[in-house]
Amino acid sequence: MKELLEVNNLSISFTQYVQGLNRHDSKVISDLTIDVKESEIVAILGSSGSGKSLLAHSILGILPYNANVTGEIKYKGQVLNQDLKEKLRGKEICLIPQSVNFLDPLMKVSEQAIGECKNEKEHDEKKVIQREIFARYGLDESVDDLYPFELSGGMARKVLLSTALIGNPDLLIADEPTPGLDVKSVEETIEDIKNLKEHGKGVLLITHEIDVALKTADRIAIFYSGYVIEINNVENFKNADNVLHPYTKALINSLPRNGFKLTEGVQPLDEVPGCPYYENCAIGTDRCGKEKPNLEEHEGAMIRCFNFREANDGA
Amino acid sequence: MELKANNISFSYNKNRHILKDASISVESNQIIGLMGDSGSGKSTLCKILSGYISNYTGEVTLDGKPIPDKDFYPVQLIFQHPEKTMNPKWKMEKVLNESWQVSQELKDTFGLKDSWLTRWPSELSGGELQRFSILRALNPKTKFIIADEISTMLDAVTQVQIWEALISHCKANNIGILAVSHDPELLEVFCDDILKFDEINNL
Repeated sequence: MKELLEVNNLSISFTQYVQGLNRHDSKVISDLTIDVKESEIVAILGSSGSGKSLLAHSILGILPYNANVTGEIKYKGQVLNQDLKEKLRGKEICLIPQSVNFLDPLMKVSEQAIGECKNEKEHDEKKVIQREIFARYGLDESVDDLYPFELSGGMARKVLLSTALIGNPDLLIADEPTPGLDVKSVEETIEDIKNLKEHGKGVLLITHEIDVALKTADRIAIFYSGYVIEINNVENFKNADNVLHPYTKALINSLPRNGFKLTEGVQPLDEVPGCPYYENCAIGTDRCGKEKPNLEEHEGAMIRCFNFREANDGA
Repeated sequence: MELKANNISFSYNKNRHILKDASISVESNQIIGLMGDSGSGKSTLCKILSGYISNYTGEVTLDGKPIPDKDFYPVQLIFQHPEKTMNPKWKMEKVLNESWQVSQELKDTFGLKDSWLTRWPSELSGGELQRFSILRALNPKTKFIIADEISTMLDAVTQVQIWEALISHCKANNIGILAVSHDPELLEVFCDDILKFDEINNL
């Protein structure tokens, strides 16, 4: 299978002015490496507000001006620079944005979904596709003429999803496509994402809902405090014993069906010298507090931890 | 104490009713779960119960008596998106103590760190902000908490932390909870009873 998207050692930080002329750099994504192949769904799982969306924004080239980006992004083997991003986005690479606020409040939703057209003919053609896709999501014809403020949260999300699919992209970046949807709509969204995969498309799914990741993805990357700490195949996520990182284990055990087990600790706000999970980790050593582990390969998975071998042998 | 909504009807526009003769009741020692489709009117019912919407028909009562509008409202709503419920130009310390002086003990229960207090809302994650919005609602005069999808945006680890802390505080202080969620597995963990919204709304 061909590589569609490769992200190598991507870091994103923001320069902010804090009091007067004092500048402050805050790092949001650190040393992120991930790849998506054709016909593959890769999920990035991390808590909301942790900066996952910025990965999507940097692939599309829509980061704000005060963002500093290092590292490399390749699309079909070609380095993605700003020109190429602008050429491809909305056509080969499409985004399902996270927030309903991405809709234009002054435009009817059907026209937003159709987007820019060169002439009447193109508009009419796209109108047919738009109606078809809306209908698939249970949005009837009365919805076409509504404005975003008249939609419920779930309906708005369906509109965002439809808008991305109208372009028929090769690579789809789905940024939290499901929260706030009811069970039936989540199932439908999952089916649609899987359907894209069967048509040879690649999907980068950015989500905090582990169930959605488990049901759709082939591989899952765990995002913690700006770092990818583990990338593993989806089968290994069924049982906490098969994943490698202590945080991933805690995450699986905290699911309602796996016992709703409490794990204390929150993600650090500021850059720490050592491993980002050190403060909350049960298997941490002195080294973890001082030195950052790298993401290394282990039996087909990627893991960022010094002690995972010992910890997983003992279990 | 019993929070009761009787035959509530409401519509945002004349053509479409969103609530029709909906009734629900929660006791102080209970956690009641409420499930329903998106756009079905769950959040509207939550807003009516907590006094944000007043032009409805029907009645909301506390122990059979209507809830006075003037004093502190004893039914507090916690929203899904904490970032939308906070003044972006207030630091977190001011946000936290807007309703009451939150005790150190409660801050510890919810894992609130002192270093967060000097930050702006935009500098914290959703999970961190949600802890603030819950603590803010736990004023000693609060008798009922309406939790409208409060952990939907959070990761599973944070979800457990927040619910454990909220439930232990409410059990200890005899505060009833109405938990709205689309996730049946979550509600089954801690609810005494789970209601389907379609069944209480007579549309």
